[in-house]
Amino acid sequence: MDKIRTAEEVMQNVKSGDTIMVGGFGLVGAPLTLIDELTRQEVNGLTIISNNLGEAGKGLGILLRQGKIKKAIGSYFTSNREVGDHFNIGKLEIQLMPQGTMSESIRAGGAGIGAYYTKTGVGTELAKGKEVRVINDENYLYEEALKANVALIKAQKADTLGNLIYYKTTRNFNPIMATAADYVIAEVDEIVEPGELLPEEIVTPHLYIDAIVKSKLILTREGVVER
Amino acid sequence: MNTLKDVQELIAQRAAQEITPFATVNLGIGIPTLIAKYADSDKVFFHTENGMLGVGELKHPSNFDPGLVNAGKLPVAEETGASYFHSADSFAMIRGGHVEMAFLGALQVDESGFIANWAVPGKNIMGVGGAMDLLSGAKKIIITTNHCTKNGEPKLVKSCTYPITSTRKVNTIITELAVFEFVNDRLKLIELMPGVTLEEVARNTEADYEINWRKESK
Repeated sequence: MDKIRTAEEVMQNVKSGDTIMVGGFGLVGAPLTLIDELTRQEVNGLTIISNNLGEAGKGLGILLRQGKIKKAIGSYFTSNREVGDHFNIGKLEIQLMPQGTMSESIRAGGAGIGAYYTKTGVGTELAKGKEVRVINDENYLYEEALKANVALIKAQKADTLGNLIYYKTTRNFNPIMATAADYVIAEVDEIVEPGELLPEEIVTPHLYIDAIVKSKLILTREGVVER
Repeated sequence: MNTLKDVQELIAQRAAQEITPFATVNLGIGIPTLIAKYADSDKVFFHTENGMLGVGELKHPSNFDPGLVNAGKLPVAEETGASYFHSADSFAMIRGGHVEMAFLGALQVDESGFIANWAVPGKNIMGVGGAMDLLSGAKKIIITTNHCTKNGEPKLVKSCTYPITSTRKVNTIITELAVFEFVNDRLKLIELMPGVTLEEVARNTEADYEINWRKESK
């Protein structure tokens, strides 16, 4: 079964109105080639689940400028000042989540868990409208799982089956997003034959992955460049 | 005169003394980031919420790896014994009570022990990051902050006017003027920074506190 595709091919799976998870902590570990291809698509009304919306005019920041994002779910949009500008003129809905709650909600979404309770956020403005439950004399907040139609993730290396390994702190949200979407596209810097990755080192087993795309844009010391 | 940078370094240097041997420590953005260089790197494990335990100081800044950053997106290095993990595991460490100490910055801390460090009233709230998670889960919370705002207003207030980050109370506050601890829900001044007078602390602090000198002198 061949999962290797071009970025153009896999984007046929993205439709207007979709919810899309995008890996990365800022640009670190973001699937830059897939994001670039997404900006070329005639789609709109997207809900993006990602820690940030890139930086101003970079990564998901391009998609924001194009007005294709209806709603952003994430934990730290401060790194792109244009997010606030779009919000102020009513062009963007924002759902801000504590980073741990966002991560856990994605993990839950991928594990078939509908919702869970956490202490994080209790008694704060982010708890408004949410159920509080007392468990062992402590207050916990009800949080629902997150799922998506499509996940765009970044790994260092894949085998052709779709087993993945990651590189240092570029791992971040990518392995959990791989579990929580109907169609999961992994952008990788290197593709090897099955057997070349040690079973013990595989972080994301292949059953989560629908398509593999070789990266064209990568983050270097000089910024984002074409390889 | 001390510059802002000097003041921040002074706070960071004092804060590093709070690290217990072989503790797992998370450093927030701002002054907390400066603490690493004053800590004994052989006797501490720095955790960063973007997915790493064993964060080290970069020895050759021009030779940084763009795939190896801390939660402030600054390039870092890998200590011997380091490990990487995904965001949900990283926050399970924090929220599950496995991280012993977190050093955080603050906009305000009040005399009840609540802190505000994520949102400013009247401005769009665009980021929270891991602040609420660290408050809910780290065993000990140490606040490192300038004693007053840039406009000279006290940051140690009676009651936070900015949105609070958690209903969990902090343990210790370190500023360029003094060190405070919460003992039995009361704010206690336990130590003056070198050359600082009690009068100076009183003049710059809105919160009520008691004086309770720490027995051993540092």
